[in-house]
This record gives sequence, structure tokens and C-alpha cells, in this order.
Amino acid sequence: MIATLTRIFGIKRLDQVEDAVQDAMARALRLWPYQGAPDNPTAWLIQVAKNRVLDQLRRDSRLTETTDEVEIPIGGEADATFAGEIRDDQLRMIFTCCHPLIPEDGQIALTLKTVGGFSVSEIARAFLAREPSVTKTITRAKQRLREFDIKLEMPAPDKLPARLESALKIIYLMFNEGYSALEGEELVRTDLCHEAIRLCELLAGHPVTGAPKVHALGALLLFQGARLAARCDAAGELLLLSEQDRSLWDRAMIGRGLRHLRKSAGGDEISEYHLEAEIAVCHALAQSFENTDWPRVLDCYEELLNRKPSPVVALNRIVAIAKVDGVEAGLAELNKLSENRTLRNYYPFYAARGELLREAGNKSEAIDSYQKALGLTSSEPVRRFLMKRITDCGGKGVESGE
Amino acid sequence: MCQIKIYGRRPVTEGKHMPQYILLLREAPSDFSNYSPEETQQIIGEYVAWRSKIQAEGKYVGSNKLKDEGGRHVSMRNGKARVVDGPYAEAKEVMGGYFVINAADYDEAVETSKGCPHLKYKGWIEVREIEPVPAG
Repeated sequence: MIATLTRIFGIKRLDQVEDAVQDAMARALRLWPYQGAPDNPTAWLIQVAKNRVLDQLRRDSRLTETTDEVEIPIGGEADATFAGEIRDDQLRMIFTCCHPLIPEDGQIALTLKTVGGFSVSEIARAFLAREPSVTKTITRAKQRLREFDIKLEMPAPDKLPARLESALKIIYLMFNEGYSALEGEELVRTDLCHEAIRLCELLAGHPVTGAPKVHALGALLLFQGARLAARCDAAGELLLLSEQDRSLWDRAMIGRGLRHLRKSAGGDEISEYHLEAEIAVCHALAQSFENTDWPRVLDCYEELLNRKPSPVVALNRIVAIAKVDGVEAGLAELNKLSENRTLRNYYPFYAARGELLREAGNKSEAIDSYQKALGLTSSEPVRRFLMKRITDCGGKGVESGE
Repeated sequence: MCQIKIYGRRPVTEGKHMPQYILLLREAPSDFSNYSPEETQQIIGEYVAWRSKIQAEGKYVGSNKLKDEGGRHVSMRNGKARVVDGPYAEAKEVMGGYFVINAADYDEAVETSKGCPHLKYKGWIEVREIEPVPAG
């Protein structure tokens, strides 16, 4: 809605549009309980919000002849085009919000607010941030829009690849924010993941923006998203991929992921999203952790590591090595990494080491590693997980959470 | 787009009839724009669900929202009509709207009103039976 109205009134009136949409929602809240919801609630809300902005503009008496331009088709037979228009408006809005001149955190927050309809408090809860700081981030992002006179429009064809790249990055970050942080309100975080998926599929479904890479990201997010419900046990404790109840994975999402994966094969470029999607599909289709196509997973991690070396990728590669060539081989590779400075203070390094040692039957060294990991993280769910591992290995889980 | 439904005399058919009750939805005039879009959607959803439920049960007769703005208090003083604007937004309580429902007795009418999301969102409901008008 905000996207549609901003297209009509211009990005400069974004604040006004947001207020008007808020007002329209409030009006719906007052009326619909008694009158029932109209057949096309979105069209109704847009009409009411539009009138509200027009009223304001008239009152400001700045509006003279422009009123005629702002007619939008609303009504029964126009529904199909209307839906199409809304989709296009949202795409424009994504590109505007994900403009590279806006800081990354601002891009995410602004996208969530204007395209996703998240409230400031929801964004704050999802990011474990305080509301005033989210408000500030959004205000700064809007300032940027004004300063650089960023227009609400689809990027020009020559700029599209680069702009698409930054939109995909924001969607990827948005998903990870919801997926990987272990604290905070589960519900809001899940919303974040689903919104990222929705935006990605929106891009994927449009002829201009539906590049193979976009489908690859869509596949990746859907495969990961399918596991959302299985990530914790009944007590809310963290479960590793190897421990998850695979029957809880969302088959429908995996199916959608597969369709995107097929379409991602269309070009000659193999992006990092392709590689990650490939890994994710190996997991999504495996009967069990053991039965996963580990050689294929390992290949992808090798290639990813070549392209963008990161501690996460390095560690995941080692898990794959341990599966393909045995635990000892994995440990040998891991020891090579231990000279790496950044990894020395990285708790997943010691957690992974502990896992491998435990599997190799070396309980006492495993306990040492878990202890080291414990000293490097303050995340409560992770700490509980590590403590449990230590007790399982026969160590004393005495250390208190400081 | 809005139609005003008028509830005239209730027709009474052959002695046996289902009594009707009016649910007057009272509330404190407050700022309803404080909800996020998602919360708003959720609340609307609750109302719509309640309405469909009583419709499906054949209890729903009609409902109207009273305009939040405006309103007049009319009274007679010293033989002259006295008109005062109100209720104001500052009033402690206003009537937001009403539902008319079918119910066998007060117990059932009260039971129906208990399901109304209005109660969850700071409102209260006055339940009154409507006097039937004898046929003929």
C-alpha cells in the first residue's frame, strides 16, 4: 500500500503516506467490525489513504492541477491489473529502499517498514534493538532518500544488475537476521524470514528482475526456511541439523525451493547464492544427516571458500570433510585453521572442534574445547547447548552463566 | 458505500418468536492508530471471525457503526430545546456502535456478547432485550 501510494504522491511524501495508511487502517478497525470487510480490502484502504493525503494536500493548498494525475483504477474488473500494479509498486519500493547510497541497516529497516508493513516496535524486537535507535536508523535512511534525491523507480537497464545485487544482499541479510540469531521473540523473527522469502519471490516472479541468481536465492531461503519449525526441541533448546526431526521440515516450502532451483539453472553465471542453494538442497533432500550427499556439499564449500573466505564457510567445509574423509581428516584440517587469528576468538570454532573430538571418542579434549567455546559466547541458548554437551561427555557443567 | 440499515418494528410471527437483543458497544474514546498494521489486521480479523460465527449460527440480525465525530445532546430546558455538541472525544465513554442479535434469552445473549472481541480491547457491552411489537 505504502509502495502504491508513494508512487502516486512521490517519495518525498513518504511520511505523509505512512501516516495516511495508518489512519486508513485505524478507520478500517472502527468500521469493519460493524460493516464487515469490503470485497477488496486493499483497494478500500488505498482509496481511503489516498483521499486522506489528497485532503491534506488541498488543505496545504499546494495542490492545483495535479489532482487529475493521481487517479488509480480501483474496482472489481480492474483487480487483476490492480494486483499487478501493486506488485510493480512494491518492486520499485524495494529498489528504492535498497539503494546503495543508504547504509545497510537503514536499507533493511526501511524495506521492512515500507514494503513489509512492519512497525518500528516489531523491527526493534526482531533486531533486538531499542525502538528509538530503529526510528533513528529509519529517519537517517529517509534523509538519504531526500539528500540524494533518490527516485521511486525501477533502475535503468544498465544499472539493474548492480541494483539487483544490492537488493538481493539486503534480502539475504534480512533472512539471516531472522534465522540465525537465537534470542528474541521467535514469532517476529520467523516473520522476518517469511518477509525475506516473499520479497525474493516477488523479484523472482517479475520478467525483468527474475534473473537466475534471484531464483537461486529464493531456493536457498526456502530450503532454509523449511527447517524453521525444527530448529528447537519442545523445550525450546537449540537443535543442530544432525539432531533435527526431519519430518517437521516444511515439504511445501522445499517443493517451492526446488522449482526456483530449476529456474536458477537458466544462465551461465554460478553465483554464491547458487552454491549455497546447492548445499541447502543436499540437506533438504537427504533422508538423514548421515545420508546427505556430503561429497557434493564439500565441493560447494570448497568453491565458496575460494570465492569469499569466511570463518563460517571454513568451518562448514571441515564438517563436510569429516563426513567425507572421516573425523580424523576433519580434525587435521581444523588444526591447520587454528593458526588463524580471527578464529581464535570465534566460539563456533571450538564448538565444532568439540563436536569432532567427541565423535572421535576423545571426550576429555572435547570438554576442553566446549569450555573454551563457553568462555567466548554470551548467548544463553548457545551456552545451554554447550553445557549440555559437556555433561554428556562426563564433564561437570558447573560454570555459571556470567 | 455505506448503507444505513434501519431496524423498524420487529415482525412477530404466530405467537412463537425469537427475542432480539441489542448489544450496545461502549468504549473509551481512545487513539486507535496506536496499533501496528499487523496488529490492526489481527484485531479486524477477530471481529470478522466473531461476526461470521454469529452469522453462521443465525444469531446475527444487523449492526451499525456510529460516527466517531460529531454528535449532539438535545434536551429541554425551560420549555426551550437545548442543544449541546457531544459526546466529545474527551468523554470517558462513548457508544461506538451496536449489534442486533437473535437469542433465546438473556443468558444466550450474554453468552454471545462474551465472544465479542470488543471486550478484549478495553470496551464493555450493554445487552438489552428489544420489546417485540405485537403483530397486527
